[in-house]
This record gives sequence, structure tokens and C-alpha cells, in this order.
Amino acid sequence: MPAFTIQAERDQLVVDRLRAAFPDGVVADEQFHDMRCITVRKDVLHPALRLLRDELDFNFLTTLCGMHHPGGEGAEERLGLVVHLNSFRNRHRIRLKAYTAMKDPVFPTFTDLWPTTNWMEREAWDFFGISFTGHPNLKRILNMEDFPAFPLRKDYPLEDPTREDKDNSMFGR
Amino acid sequence: MSTPMRPDHWQHDLVKAGEHKELNVLNLGPTHPATHGIFQNVLTMDGEYIQSAEQTIGYIHRAFEKLAERRPFYQIPTITDRLNYCSSPINNMGWHMTVEKLLGIQTPERVDYLRIIAMELARIADHIICNAVIGVDTGALTGFTYIFQDRELIYDIYEEICGARLTTNMGRIGGFERDFSEAVWRKIRHFLDHFPKKLKEFESLLVRNRIFMDRTIGCGAFPLDRALAYGFTGPNLRACGLDHDVRVMDPYCSYEKFDFTIPIGTGGDTYDRFMVRQREMWESLSIIRQAVEKCDRLADKTTYKADVPEWVLPPKEEVYNDMEALIYHFKIVMGESAVPVGEVYHCVEGGNGELGFYLVSDGGRTPFRLHFRRPCFIYYQAFPEMVKGAMLSDAILTMSSMNVIAGELDA
Repeated sequence: MPAFTIQAERDQLVVDRLRAAFPDGVVADEQFHDMRCITVRKDVLHPALRLLRDELDFNFLTTLCGMHHPGGEGAEERLGLVVHLNSFRNRHRIRLKAYTAMKDPVFPTFTDLWPTTNWMEREAWDFFGISFTGHPNLKRILNMEDFPAFPLRKDYPLEDPTREDKDNSMFGR
Repeated sequence: MSTPMRPDHWQHDLVKAGEHKELNVLNLGPTHPATHGIFQNVLTMDGEYIQSAEQTIGYIHRAFEKLAERRPFYQIPTITDRLNYCSSPINNMGWHMTVEKLLGIQTPERVDYLRIIAMELARIADHIICNAVIGVDTGALTGFTYIFQDRELIYDIYEEICGARLTTNMGRIGGFERDFSEAVWRKIRHFLDHFPKKLKEFESLLVRNRIFMDRTIGCGAFPLDRALAYGFTGPNLRACGLDHDVRVMDPYCSYEKFDFTIPIGTGGDTYDRFMVRQREMWESLSIIRQAVEKCDRLADKTTYKADVPEWVLPPKEEVYNDMEALIYHFKIVMGESAVPVGEVYHCVEGGNGELGFYLVSDGGRTPFRLHFRRPCFIYYQAFPEMVKGAMLSDAILTMSSMNVIAGELDA
């Protein structure tokens, strides 16, 4: 049996377990290249991660990062949180996503599951303005403390908008 | 007598202050000769012992993730150079492989071997810096001055491959910009002949040195379960005793065809981290030897790029002399090639651990979102826990043995 079949079965197992535990919590379930991506409802993300860690052997949290979808054309503007998990024993990686509306960008902290999310959450707060209730030390991490914006949101311009010494009209900006 | 004013961060973990005892706050850094980079640590000291530490990071933050959202795929490798600048080729090729995964490009066998040679050289260069600096921080400068000459040999090889030494921008999507020249092969063979002797000499200075062992064994020890909880990867995790290596767990770039062992430590202390890196250099040497051999055995001696004309830049001679080639060069660099919608996560074993690229593409010329999983950023947050109760000089040593690289930490 080729390896990818085993991986597909494992992916399916994970999706089935999540669907069983949270009947209307799994919003979408897609396959991107070599990784299954499960989108869950915002309030389900924390218990889903706990279930994956405790019962399905996902012992290692690889990344946790924010994401901003600016909306438009009927789509709603929203913030997302992307988590990559890795199961060392099964050599199995999986991606979880949850979206939140702009007016309430709050998640429960994941530091109680994996302490490594401490700085990742601070990064998500720093760059996207996603806050985490229960986080031990939620403050900006890479930007200066009095930075006035959440710079990785799509509406934040890359260049300083107040500059007048540059003429970019020839460069299509 | 009024109570003296104290900043808030003095309040937690306060030992019972008697008449003759009080805590000091010590600013270690931001610029300090012993931190090898711009790191600030606010240490609360009880005499010579560290009560608590708090890191301030972000001094060289350059907003790479934001920059990447404005750059076409071909302009991003120059950003990745500046993540872990001690082993740029690994970062470059990690990014190229990420794009290849998104585009579904299969690289030829020979390209994989050439990449492995470059990446393993980079790993050796990275480990040389880390281990030599551990030596320096224990007071042994000699090893540093010896082995840095051999890092020069590696940089000469880089220079011959791609023209640059530190921030290499080596390789292209789909392979390399040109084949390894005769001079590259000559230099690689010279390195393979010459380096083992020097590495042995370096080892003989430190590995069984009583002073070095007394200084490093038990210093900055970290148990495995905490290391996993903190997301350690790479040599720091292996020093705690787990044989986890991305090259083996999720093989990329034909690593599955190579025969090598994953060195591990037991206690996760400075000596273990030093030894794991030391033995990894030997493994890397063996991998390079195997790759050179495999290249010699391959019937195909000329392929250095995948057959994807819409992504591989045309050769320079053509660009300078041929209108069509110039147009293609521009189109590719400015991101006019079609990109599929989708998202990929690809990780490589960097000098410090799992270096991951999470790329989300919406079909535009630039990434919609690019997130770098920087191993330094993730394991450096365990530093306060590692040095709690240790002495100040141990904190310095712990930090240098963790190999915290400012560029990767701050992105």
C-alpha cells in the first residue's frame, strides 16, 4: 500500500473524529497538496486541538499564525487563525483553521495546551490584532509597544502613507 | 522610612527580602559582546543567580511577511537569505521547494543532489559558528580561530556556485541558475579532503577537555517533555534525546536515498547540544560525500534545472543578446507566470530545526500570505525557564548553545 493511502486514511480518521465530537463544528474540510485542512467553528478550535492532542496523538504544534481576509465582493471581512499540528508517532501533519469576525477577534489562549503558542499568540496579536483570553502576557512582540496599527492586515499600506518625498506614479503603485 | 519604588516586574518571584538581601535587575543587552547579536534580557538577579528573565525581541524586525505580500515569488529568496544568515542556502532552497510544491514541479535527481551538497555545506557552516562560539563563551578562543578558516572554504564554494558568500540567493525555482563548474567540484573535493582533519583537531581541543566538560555539562539542561511542549526542533530537540529530524521524518529533496544517522544527546544541556552539532557535522560530511558519489554515478552529468521554462530564468548570455530571452527574464522576475490557487506548507531541516514556509496563494503574482516558521523564534521563548536558578555566566552559555540567530528570531 503506498504511503499516501495511509495518510489519506489517517486524515479521514481525524475528520471523522472531529465531526463526531463536534457535530456542527466542522465547517469545511479540504485537501491542499499533501495536507488536509480542516476549518472549524471559532469556539470549537480550542476543544478540537485538545482532542487532537489527547486522543489522536498530535503531540507537536508546529505553527500558529494569523491571517486577514479583507472581504469585498460579497465576502465578509474576517480574521483567521491557522494551526499546523504534527504527530511524531504517525508522521502525520494536519492544518486547522478558524475564522472570526472583525468585530470580535478573540480566541481562548492555547498556552494551556502547548506553552509554545505563547509567542505565536503574541505575534498574532501584534500583527493582526487577534487577542487571546487567558494569555499570560499578551503584548506586542516584534513591533514597538506603541505601534498604532496591526500591520499585517491587508488594509495597512506597506509604505508609509504620509511620505511625500517619493513619486511612485511611474511604478504602478 | 518609605518603601522604595520598584518596577512592576520586580514583584513576581520575589524572594523573601531580609535586611541584607534584595534583588537586582540586570539588563543583559541589547548590545553586549557576549550575546552575539541584538538581544535584550531583563534578568532579575538574586546575587549571582537568576530569579527570572524576560526577553525583549524585535530589534532587527524587518517585516518580512509583509514584504513578501508585495513581492513576486522570484523576489522572495533574497528575504529568506536574511532569516538565518548563517545558513542561507538552506533557507533559499526551502523556499524554492515550497514554490515547487505549489506549482507541482518535479526536480530531476541531479538537482536534488546538487541542492543537498549546498544545504549540507550550509549546515556545517552553521554548526561551525555555533560550536566555535560555545567554545569562545567558555573562554576557549583557539578553536574558533582554527575552524573559522574552514568556514571560509565553504564560503568560497558558495561564491563559486552563485557569486555571493553570506546572503547567497542560491538556486532558482526548479534548480540552479547554472551548473556547478569544474572549480566548484574541485573546491568541494578539497573541502572533503581537508575539513575532517581540522574538525578532528577542533574536537580534540574541546570534546574531552576537562575544563570544557565541567563548564558545559549540566549547564542549561532542559527535559524532553518541556522541549516538546515548547516546540523545540533540530539539534536542540535532539540534544534532549529525541531522534526527530525533518530530513528523515518528512524526506524532501531525495534525502530518503541517503544513509545517515541522527545523533542524539541525553540531558539536553549545553554539552549535549554541542556534541549533537559536532556529530551532525560528521554526518553532513558523509552526506556530501554520498551526494558527490551519486552525482559521479549518474549518467546525466549536465542537468541543473527542472524543465519548466515558465519558471526557470533563461541563461544570462541569452538574456543579454536575445530579445525573447530578455522578455522572459523580465516576465518571470516580475511574477507574470501563472500561479495556481492553493496553500502549501513545506518544511526543511534548517541549521536550527524545522524551518517551515506556509504559503497561501490566491492566484496573484505575489503570495496572499507567507508565514515563516522560524525555529529560533519558537525555542527562544523557553530561555527563561532554562536559566531560572542558574548563574549569569550559564545564561550566556545557554544562549549561545541554543544558537539564537537574530535574523531568524525577528524576521
